[in-house]
Amino acid sequence: MTVGDPHRVVEAVWRIESARVIAGLARMVHDVGLAEELAQDALVIALEQWPRSGVPDNPGAWLMLTAKHRAIDLLRRRTRYEQKLEEVGRDMEIRQEAAEAELDDALDDHIGDDVLRLLFTACHPVLPVEGRLALTLRLLGGLTTEEIARAFLVPEPTVGQRIFRAKRTLTEKRVRIEMPAPAELGDRLSSVLEVIYLIFNEGYSATAGDDWMRPSLSEEALRLGRILVGLMPGEAEVHGLVALMELQASRTRARTGPDGGPVLLLDQDRGLWDRLLIRRGLDALGRAEALGTLGPYGLQAAIAACHARASSAGDTDWERMAALYRVLAHVSPSPVVELNRAVAVGMAYGPARGLEIVDGLVAERALKGYPQLPAVRGDLLAKLGRHDEAREEFGRAAGLTRNERERALFLGRAAATAEVP
Amino acid sequence: MRYMVILRATSLPATPPPAELMEAIAKLGEEATGAGALLDTAGLAPSAEGVRIELAGGRLSVTDGPFAEAKELISYALYQVRSKEEATEWTSRFLKVHRDHWEGWEGEADVLRVFGPEDFAAPA
Repeated sequence: MTVGDPHRVVEAVWRIESARVIAGLARMVHDVGLAEELAQDALVIALEQWPRSGVPDNPGAWLMLTAKHRAIDLLRRRTRYEQKLEEVGRDMEIRQEAAEAELDDALDDHIGDDVLRLLFTACHPVLPVEGRLALTLRLLGGLTTEEIARAFLVPEPTVGQRIFRAKRTLTEKRVRIEMPAPAELGDRLSSVLEVIYLIFNEGYSATAGDDWMRPSLSEEALRLGRILVGLMPGEAEVHGLVALMELQASRTRARTGPDGGPVLLLDQDRGLWDRLLIRRGLDALGRAEALGTLGPYGLQAAIAACHARASSAGDTDWERMAALYRVLAHVSPSPVVELNRAVAVGMAYGPARGLEIVDGLVAERALKGYPQLPAVRGDLLAKLGRHDEAREEFGRAAGLTRNERERALFLGRAAATAEVP
Repeated sequence: MRYMVILRATSLPATPPPAELMEAIAKLGEEATGAGALLDTAGLAPSAEGVRIELAGGRLSVTDGPFAEAKELISYALYQVRSKEEATEWTSRFLKVHRDHWEGWEGEADVLRVFGPEDFAAPA
C-alpha cells in the first residue's frame, strides 16, 4: 500500500478542518488571533505525530481537542492572558473532562454557527478591504501567508502585516465574535459577499497559465460561497452570488484562445463552457428567485444566465438582458452597469439605441481611463458604418488598457475597421 | 482541481446496507457539500442493468451486463478540492463510514483528477 507524503496529508486535513477548528476556538477564547495561534499549534503537533501514528479517525475532533489543551496550557502559563483565563478558564476546565465523543457532539451543534460568526468577523467593516480579504483567506480558507501573497502578487511580509494588523484591529476595537444583530445583518452580509466576490474576481480577471494560485483564488471564492449557502440557505443574495460565480466560472476554459489572448464572450466556443457549473449556477439562481426579489448579485447572475441559456450568441435573449440591466441600474447604479446596459440595448434594439446610452457616459468621470468605454463605443459605431470614428475609438481603447493581450485585441479591431471601405 | 471518484464494491455482505450506514453517508455528503468540496454524486445501478460497448479489431460489440469482472460500481462522486490529498481524505472518510457501519463490506475507490482549464492553458 502506498500512502502520500504525510505532510501533504496533514495539510489536506488542515484545509478541510481549519476553519471549523479556528471558529470553535474563537467561540471559547473570544479572540480570533489567539484562536488561530492555538489552531496552528495543534497543526504543528499533528505534523509531528500523524506521520508516525497515522491520521486519527476523526482528525477535526483531534485538532480541536489538541488545540483546547494547548489553550489551557497557554492560558495557565502566560500572565497576559490572565483576564481571559478568568473569562473562559472555568468553562474549559469543565469541558476538558468531557470525552472525545461528547465533545464531538457538542462541536457538531456549533460548527455551522461558529464558522458563520468567524466569517462575519473576518469581513468586519472596521477592517480595510485588503485586511478582510487576507484574513478571510487565512482563517476560512486555510491558506498560508505565502499562498495569499502569491495570489495577490504582493510580498509575503505585506500580507503578514495585513493579517497582523487586521487581528490587532479586531482586538483593539473589541469586535465581538458574534452574529450581527438583525438590524445590521443586511450591511454586514453585504460586506461578506463583497469580500467573496472580490476574491473571485482577483482570480478570474487574471489570465490563466502564469501561476496556478491566481485562478485557484476563484475556486476558493466559490468554495466560500458554497459554504455560505449551506450556512445561510434563506438569503436570496447568497444564492445569487453563488449563481453568479458558478456561471462566470463555467466560461473559464473558453475565455482564452490557443494563443493565450482573451476571447470575448460572444466569440467564445460555447462547447467549452462547463455544463456542470452552468447547471449548478442556474439551480442557484432558481433558489435565489424562489426566495424573493433579486439583489445586485442575483440580477448579475440572471444576466449571466441569459448567456448560459443561449446555445449560440445569436440566440441570446438580449431584450431580457436589457431589462435586467435596467433593474440592476436602478438597484445598484454605476457607470459600468450603464455601459453594459448600452451593449445589451444595442444588441436588442439596434446600435443607435446603444450608442445613445454610451454617448451619455462619455463625460462620466468614473469611466475616464476605462478602456471598455471607447471599445463599446467603437463597436457600436462600426455597426452603424461610422468606421473612421470607430477606428479612433479602438485606438483610444488600446491606449488605455494595461493588459497587453487586450491591447492587441483592440489594435486588431482598429485594423479590421480600417480595412472596411 | 476536480477529482472524479469511482467506487467499486469487491465484497458485498449478504445483509442489506443498514440504516445507520445510509444516515452516515448522507451526513458525510452534507458535510462535503457544505465544505464546498462535493459538486456532484450519484449511485449507480448494478451492471446487470447496464450495457458495455467495445471497439476491437475494427468491430463494435454490444454486451448486456452484468460484466465479467464481478466488482460492482457503486457510485461516483465529483469533488472540487485543492489537492489530491484532500480528495483522498474525503474518499477515505467515505470508506471509513462503510467500515464502521456495514460489516463485511469491502471495496475500492479510484480518485482520478479531471483535466481543468489549467491543463489547457496557453504556454506562458
